[in-house]
Amino acid sequence: MGSFSLHSSCLAKPTLRWSNDCFQNLNSLKLPALQRRPNFHSRKASKVLAFYGLKSPPYKLDALEPYMSKRLLETHWGEHQRGYVEGLNKELEKNDILYGYTLDELVKVTYNNGNPLPEFNNAAQVWNHDFFWESMQPGGGGMPELGLLQQIEKDFGSFTNFKEKFIEAALSLFGSGWVWLVLKRREKRLEVVKTSNAVNPIVWDDIPLISLDVWEHAYYQDYKNDRGKYVNAFMNHLVSWHVVTARIIRAEAFVNLGEPKIPVA
Amino acid sequence: MAFRALLTRRTLAAASGLGPNGGVATSFRGLQTFSLPDLPYDYGALQPAISGEIMQLHHQKHHQAYVTNYNKALEQLHDAMSKGDAPAVVKLQSAIKFNGGGHVNHSIFWKNLAPIQAGGGEPPKGSLGWAIDNNFGSVDALVQKMNAEGAALQGSGWVWLGVDKELKKLVVETTSNQDPLVTKGPSLVPLIGIDVWEHAYYLQYKNVRPDYLKNIWKVINWKYASEVYEKECP
Repeated sequence: MGSFSLHSSCLAKPTLRWSNDCFQNLNSLKLPALQRRPNFHSRKASKVLAFYGLKSPPYKLDALEPYMSKRLLETHWGEHQRGYVEGLNKELEKNDILYGYTLDELVKVTYNNGNPLPEFNNAAQVWNHDFFWESMQPGGGGMPELGLLQQIEKDFGSFTNFKEKFIEAALSLFGSGWVWLVLKRREKRLEVVKTSNAVNPIVWDDIPLISLDVWEHAYYQDYKNDRGKYVNAFMNHLVSWHVVTARIIRAEAFVNLGEPKIPVA
Repeated sequence: MAFRALLTRRTLAAASGLGPNGGVATSFRGLQTFSLPDLPYDYGALQPAISGEIMQLHHQKHHQAYVTNYNKALEQLHDAMSKGDAPAVVKLQSAIKFNGGGHVNHSIFWKNLAPIQAGGGEPPKGSLGWAIDNNFGSVDALVQKMNAEGAALQGSGWVWLGVDKELKKLVVETTSNQDPLVTKGPSLVPLIGIDVWEHAYYLQYKNVRPDYLKNIWKVINWKYASEVYEKECP
């Protein structure tokens, strides 16, 4: 643990369990930067204190064609997610009670144990979408390998079984929401979880590994109402098992999944 | 056989007040199944407020899916009930609420819309107009309120103008997913429902839901709303 560099906000809020919050998403460490846009003596320029930024997906917007078109990504990332980020920053301007959190911390704090504060929707949707873009890659799909595959087979019986369960969850989710492959912290096992609207598993202190956006805006432009085709395209061509492997390796620092079987010569 | 089905559909439709398009049919075993009601106008008739592409998808794909899945759930419910399988009956309730609600809500929605030539967008007169002025100040104020609530709704749902038939008061309510208005109050009767699921506007308005809400009032069928209101509050 000593070799990790501590995030400044972790020190600022010592009462939080900084270990998990900081290391959960090492990819997306964000320093809450307070930047004032120069006014240039213009009364029309609004004073915006930016707290969180719009993070780019780890690939170009046309990289996921033909399974997710550039046009869809431009709208989904460029307009929807940007709207959530700007909405969140505008809400946070109102008072400084929620200053200084990382995005992870902000999501958990605004979830408020099931009675979400008004900022929760925007904060969680920003987090969810960052996680979603990172869960995909061009040339994704296929199968996981080695330890991850073993864990899936242990908790679902077989990879096919897991895939069926995941697709079935996506198709049976009523309304807007997300489907997750989660590592449950207390049960120490993988599970497929559905959440509504903006809720995500980190509010229950579980560790998400894959997320799939099943809000209609996530697939409507490419697949119209055919959610099944979209989910299959995701599982077969988009989901990045490399990223999932990295996530579960990191998660094993916090959840003991048992000793690996070392083959005896 | 076909004649008997026609007769039953008409009488059932008249009894249930669903109108000449019905949306109700009977099948074997006396289990009532439902069918997709026809639109009283062309898919392109509501342009430019709502595009023909959206109307076609919304009606032929989304509403049809609700009808199909509702029928399926009802059949499963019928089986579970006749077997006395209580857990199965309870488990089916969410599918029935979702798909049945979807069918009910969309059947009302199609009647809430009308092409401009057929009176769409014409403000309400008579007792409903008077009641709106009484409850909200003006039709504009009501529209602003409904648009604000519709835009603020997180996720999927509906925004309603309803009348409380006990208290004889108009109310503005939102429901999530496909919950019908009656889930917000047993004496609430829907007058106007606006679908704010993304599928209702996405292809045309993308994520700008407020623009969709602003424009849909141009094709809202106040005549139908007045008829329902006058029936509940004569």
